[in-house]
Amino acid sequence: MMHRKFTSRLAATALGIALSGAAFAEPVEDTLTIETDDGEITLVTQAPAPAHLEGALKTIYSGWHFREDDTRGMQKDDFDNPGMVFVDRGMDSWNAAQGANGESCAGCHQGPESMAGLRAVMPRVDAKTGSLMIMEDYINGCVTERMGLEAWGVTSNKMKDMLALISMQSRGEVVNVAVDGPAAPFYEKGKEIYYTRYGQLEMSCANCHEDNYGNFIRADHLSQGQVSGFPVYRLKDAGLVSAQQRFVGCVRDTRAETFKAGSDEFKALELYVASRGNGLSVEGVGVRH
Amino acid sequence: MHRQLWLASVVALSAVTPAVSETAPAAVAYEEGAVAQSLSGQPGDPESGAKIMTTNALGNCVACHQIAAMPDVPFQGDIAPPLDGVADRYDEAHLRGIVANAKMTFDGTFMPAFYKTTGFVRPGNAYTGKAPEGELAPILTAQQIEDVVAYLLTLKE
Repeated sequence: MMHRKFTSRLAATALGIALSGAAFAEPVEDTLTIETDDGEITLVTQAPAPAHLEGALKTIYSGWHFREDDTRGMQKDDFDNPGMVFVDRGMDSWNAAQGANGESCAGCHQGPESMAGLRAVMPRVDAKTGSLMIMEDYINGCVTERMGLEAWGVTSNKMKDMLALISMQSRGEVVNVAVDGPAAPFYEKGKEIYYTRYGQLEMSCANCHEDNYGNFIRADHLSQGQVSGFPVYRLKDAGLVSAQQRFVGCVRDTRAETFKAGSDEFKALELYVASRGNGLSVEGVGVRH
Repeated sequence: MHRQLWLASVVALSAVTPAVSETAPAAVAYEEGAVAQSLSGQPGDPESGAKIMTTNALGNCVACHQIAAMPDVPFQGDIAPPLDGVADRYDEAHLRGIVANAKMTFDGTFMPAFYKTTGFVRPGNAYTGKAPEGELAPILTAQQIEDVVAYLLTLKE
């Protein structure tokens, strides 16, 4: 990792260009205080980097800090956040008797607030099975085993509506993804993927989101690639985007053969990337462009 | 008439068969990062080079590099050094080598290799996210590399 940074700095020096000024454009200074039905809530969108990122990052920033004024503004009021429509759809789905024998989420779990806190520690290793779980795995576990249905598509609208509803129950809680114990091998696997330069463009996650956050690739203001705001309402897609979906998009853009959403590789990557945001607030449903 | 037909078939043939003097990506000889000979065996066209450098699906050099000589091109990136005066800093052979495979000059650089077809991790079929069908083509053709180099050689301060 250090080697990688060293050589890229060296390259820049060899080109006779000082890495200063525009090369370290700052994230926007702003505070995310959201008007909600229950009053105002202020989220942590900037925090000291967790210990496991020593040598890589000093401060972690939500992707919210890298978006334009209008986009940031939309997330400051639930009334203006287009993602809330999907939370409502998730609520309808939660209460619907949609199982093979009329089961609903509410039938077992009561209100969605029973999920409070879960989003902040996901992905995690399931204590009973030892498997790495992303939220989609838990949802599909219920859908197939308890409701007797076919699994929902990992990136289907139904799935993302439910991700949005469950994520909202942890809004404001601080991300605290375990990286040690049973999570350690998944963390290492995710980290390896994060630093691998994929595709014909030979780009790793780190090339853009660690070495160049704050800079621009064409019109794209590069963020740290934090997933604390996910699922997000993405203006470009006029819909919800999950972290798994975004990983597919990013790796595709390196002219690579992507891993599939929900694959072991992207699950490990999500654990690793989520853990890089330990200390930021879960945003429920962020707004990005 | 016969003569025209003959000419037309020569043109058609040359469109599918690389010219004899073209150097394949694997055969490019780098000397300390520089490549002395034209990859296509032909001179480059700077006008075409400018187009390639500003077209997303081709070189898209402006995604990362700023070029003051192209004030009409919006959203020039700032990942990489500006290219103003680049022809004062590097000669033609070095510019060709850097465009073809910058990693031969700058170890570990972020810059993609535009004339390379092997040695990738999970290369895909362009931007489809799918596995490639058959052999990978370089991002730019030999002539496109020459065109870009020809444009870069105009960037003197």
